[in-house]
Amino acid sequence: MAGPVSRNSELGRQRVRAAWGFLTPMLLVLALAAGWPLARTIWFSFTDARLSGLDEASWVGVLNYVEYLDYGDGEGEYFGLLADPSWWAAVWNTLRFALISVTLETLFGLIIALVLNASFPGRGLVRAAVLVPWAIPTIVSAKMWAWMMHDQFGILNDMGLALGLIDAPIAWTASPDTAMIAVIIVDVWKTTPFMALLILAGLQLVPSDIYEAARIDGVHPVKVFFRITLPLIRPAIMVAVIFRALDALRVFDLVYVLTPNNDRTRTMSVFAQENLFQFDKFAYGSAASTLLFVVIALMVILTITLGRMDLEGRRS
Amino acid sequence: MKAIKTLLFYALVVVIVVQAVFPFYYAIITSFKSGTAIFQVDYWPTAISFDNYTRVLSSGSFLRNIGNSLFVATTVVVLSLILAVTAAYALSRIPFRGRGLLLITILSVSMFPQIAVLAGLFEMIRAAGLYNSLFSLVFAYMIFTLPFTVWVLTTFMRDLPVEIEEAAIVDGAGPWTIITKVFLPLLWPALVTTGLLAFISAWNEFLFALTFISNNDQRTVPVAIALLSGATEFETPWGNIMAASVIVTVPLIVLVLIFQRKIVAGLTAGAVKG
Repeated sequence: MAGPVSRNSELGRQRVRAAWGFLTPMLLVLALAAGWPLARTIWFSFTDARLSGLDEASWVGVLNYVEYLDYGDGEGEYFGLLADPSWWAAVWNTLRFALISVTLETLFGLIIALVLNASFPGRGLVRAAVLVPWAIPTIVSAKMWAWMMHDQFGILNDMGLALGLIDAPIAWTASPDTAMIAVIIVDVWKTTPFMALLILAGLQLVPSDIYEAARIDGVHPVKVFFRITLPLIRPAIMVAVIFRALDALRVFDLVYVLTPNNDRTRTMSVFAQENLFQFDKFAYGSAASTLLFVVIALMVILTITLGRMDLEGRRS
Repeated sequence: MKAIKTLLFYALVVVIVVQAVFPFYYAIITSFKSGTAIFQVDYWPTAISFDNYTRVLSSGSFLRNIGNSLFVATTVVVLSLILAVTAAYALSRIPFRGRGLLLITILSVSMFPQIAVLAGLFEMIRAAGLYNSLFSLVFAYMIFTLPFTVWVLTTFMRDLPVEIEEAAIVDGAGPWTIITKVFLPLLWPALVTTGLLAFISAWNEFLFALTFISNNDQRTVPVAIALLSGATEFETPWGNIMAASVIVTVPLIVLVLIFQRKIVAGLTAGAVKG
């Protein structure tokens, strides 16, 4: 947008000065709350900082990331984050969680969005009901589901047994085989509404005369969906998927509360937090935080470059 | 054939509604059970007892925790909106060099993993003597509420027509007058939406609240619920947890349902239009 005043006039220069005046407080707060702490976290990852003595931290280079201990006679061993199997397990858990949950959320979100885009009596009520999981705090969702998934008194086992789906009660959140499934179930339940709403917004931008024309030409509805609807709402789906994927990669609260201390669900964020504040390995935790940041930053940069977002503020 | 299709469609609608509301419904009926009745799986309400509610509200510091959450979330929202309105005006209405880069930076910060700043923030907060203080959370929460409010208000303001500003500029009004007299009255709906969304994210935040507060009286609601424990270490007070969950969730659900149209608009303003 060019704005009502030319940038080079006296009035324009005055407005640009005012703009920086307005931006400075916001930028200052962001620099203090985001920029500086991020820089410190990265710095800590190259030190030997401990929770009890942050001030005495001194530079150790990349030892937190990788360290080779030479035992002599050509033998030695690698230490550090990049050689730590429990870190790689956390990376793998996070990727698995993000991939499966975002895929399911997109699929279910698309179905719900298509239903909400049809006109039928009571649609408003259905949309309100769909919003409920989104409105519930993550911690509350985790607790509600933990109770439903309780191994002895849980309603999920009761249903499963009654319907003959399972032979014996399952300890959903504690058993290594089902803990990740439990986390994914709760995450999908909680965030599908977000996906559905974003996709629905995309669906509502599709002009209805396209459907009208397809109907008159006698095109099969399934073909209409794959040939017309899906290509047109692809940008909306992509944006929703990217937002959700970035969110899923940094997941902490759900995993921490639903399946505490479980090797099969520990994500990168949980791994970092535990090392920082529970295991007194502040520098090691900082290194894990830094690596997670690098992964997400690369994804964001990729997204912004590929997405060709209209960031100059021009009206399309 | 058409009847079957309609039937299948409504079956799908029923499945969607039931899966969405059942967990919360089940939390409510559990919260009304007392004593050992809680260990009996029931699909329908069997009793109405307020034991769990009175126990949660009277014992411990749960009421204080609610007050803490209200204080933190409200302060965060007010501060971010004040900072964001002026910043969004500059970003959306005044062309200047570096504006695009600035917007990209703000968008990137909103995608930051919180864990990446946790160590550095912890050091700052301890150095400032804010450990165990609610102000540590007010400060820390700016990292996600501020970029979000700036971004949404910028997209909202840039869609307003040029003409509304022109008359004011011709009359010699300065930028500050333009914001307060011309834009603010038009912005109210957007402010309510973004404010509500920012409030919800601050109300729900867990990682910072868990890390920067270790004192029961200063905790916010999510951490308090996560750490609710029973008489012994091995006994989880499910009734209390469900009652606490219902107490903090009902107001949120009511708010979301009242503002549902605006919320959808606010969520999509941040994403789809981007």
